[in-house]
Amino acid sequence: MLKDIFHKKKRYAELTSKDVAERLGRRPKQEMITTEKAVQVPEGLMTKCKGCGESTFTKELEKNSKICPKCSYHYPITAAERIALTLDEGLFFEYDAGMTTVDPLGFPDYTSKIDREQKKSGLQEAVLTGEGTIGGYPVVLGVMDSSYFMGSMGSVVGEKITRAIEHAMAKKYPFVLFTASGGARMQEGIFSLMQMAKTSAALSKFSEAGGLYIAVNTYPTTGGVTASFAMLGDINIAEPGALIGFAGRRIIEQTIRQKLPDDFQTAEFLLKNGMLDLIVHRKEMKDTLANLLELHGGGVGGE
Amino acid sequence: MANELMFEKPLLELQKKIQELRTFSQQSGLDFSEEIDKLEKKAELLASNIYEDLTPWQRTQLARHSERPTTLDYIAGICTHFVELHGDRNFGDDLAIVGGIGKIDGIPVTVIGHQKGHDTKENIARRFGMPQPEGYRKALRLMKQAEKFKRPVICFIDTPGAYPGIASEERGIGEAIARNLIEMAGLRTPIICVVTGEGGSGGALALGVGDRVYMLENSIYGVISPEGAAALLWKDSSLGQRAAETMKITAGHIHSFGVVDGVIPEPQGGAHKDTAETIAAVKETIVAALRELIEIPSDLLVEQRYNKYKQMGHYAEL
Ligand SMILES: [Zn+2]
Repeated sequence: MLKDIFHKKKRYAELTSKDVAERLGRRPKQEMITTEKAVQVPEGLMTKCKGCGESTFTKELEKNSKICPKCSYHYPITAAERIALTLDEGLFFEYDAGMTTVDPLGFPDYTSKIDREQKKSGLQEAVLTGEGTIGGYPVVLGVMDSSYFMGSMGSVVGEKITRAIEHAMAKKYPFVLFTASGGARMQEGIFSLMQMAKTSAALSKFSEAGGLYIAVNTYPTTGGVTASFAMLGDINIAEPGALIGFAGRRIIEQTIRQKLPDDFQTAEFLLKNGMLDLIVHRKEMKDTLANLLELHGGGVGGE
Repeated sequence: MANELMFEKPLLELQKKIQELRTFSQQSGLDFSEEIDKLEKKAELLASNIYEDLTPWQRTQLARHSERPTTLDYIAGICTHFVELHGDRNFGDDLAIVGGIGKIDGIPVTVIGHQKGHDTKENIARRFGMPQPEGYRKALRLMKQAEKFKRPVICFIDTPGAYPGIASEERGIGEAIARNLIEMAGLRTPIICVVTGEGGSGGALALGVGDRVYMLENSIYGVISPEGAAALLWKDSSLGQRAAETMKITAGHIHSFGVVDGVIPEPQGGAHKDTAETIAAVKETIVAALRELIEIPSDLLVEQRYNKYKQMGHYAEL
């Protein structure tokens, strides 16, 4: 098939998976930074699972794609780890690596907070965008990383995702986006809010052109990200147990003064309520994506 | 007056005094015109001192004022032939958003807006203008209907935000807002939006993607409420006043950022002090935009809308 020849020709020689991990990770292998203290894997030998409370060797957990071998609890993973798990040979050609954050409101301490977040996570911003192949199919891929500033969306996140969608449209590649975000970034005020409109406008154009967009919601996907691109996939996927919702739990509890259901705002809750197409285990994610790409002829318009 | 704001209290007291003096003068037949004149001059000066250069927090209070005109007030003052249409055809009819068809300056339009109540009872029924998913889906249904019949869409924005509740999340409030954003971005008919009061976060933006977006002088527009920002920043929601400054949510700021196309002036003391004047100013702005936008072919309109939003945001490139 012509398609196969084309795919085999596709080379991303710039980086190896080790390079990607080193370039993007820039952090000791043991250390995992997550949005919730409770989930944090200590630098020690063992990790106590947030899902089942059982202890697992940290090394074993990492070898198992950071999924608890006992209860399948999915720990948050970094963008670099996600890329390594998703793209063929972990080869990723990154877009807009030099795009950085400015402080449009003159918000108190924003600049220093950006510095701290960059040092902590080793990332420039909360999303990486670029291209690679999944099961031989070229895609434009976006991966959010909640270890940077809660994965919050400011101007850089919005612009990178918008440009990624524009690249996907120009190249006639599908767009796959892993979301992980605490929502809009308060420190950029109205500009953060407008990123919801901007990214949605790009998806409108892309959809109009027949482009395939797969949204993969991971822990946590909340606020303005849920209320824009996270819920706009032609196919909406989530990882098991992922927190997905619009309003924060505390705000809802304060407003309605009612106890929330146990599964409230989990991937399973959203599936039950019709907001997701499917929940996919991390270990099956790549094959599932590859299959969906196959079913769409690998690209735009299904030629 | 039950709805007086702290910062205008001295003025309102003075105005009351003048009124009392007038009444007394009439009843007693004594001439106080000189005193009244003097006091009125004083009141005028006081008013301009109080109302010129309002702080962001004072504007926030005006934006939330219970006597501020609501969407249905604007519709009544601007539209002829108006018919309200109800329901999202899936779940229900959310009273926090109203919509329908009417004519503005002879042009048939679809009008949609958040709807707050003027009293407690109505506010409870309308959830203080905080929509659930079915509200946004009703709005979307009316927008698609407008597109079909080539009617421009006018949106009035006035909400603290989407309603935070179990039902909202169950029925996909995130999806409902997102769907409106993507559909409004591609809607092949003109969209004119006016932030009339509170532009609260995604719940406001879900009616706010347009070819022209305006803000009333004392309206606010932000990614989070001042109280919400204060709770996150300083763990104290009572510091909303401080957060209102920090977040840069006033019409003046938002306009200077290029996020909205214009600011519609309000009567001195806020929109509610002279509702007719406010509504006339809003109408004038809408009609001018409408006349301009209906001449633009829909392909170009959608492209221009895309380019407008594409430019929003600030970043640096190394
Ligand atoms: Zn476990």
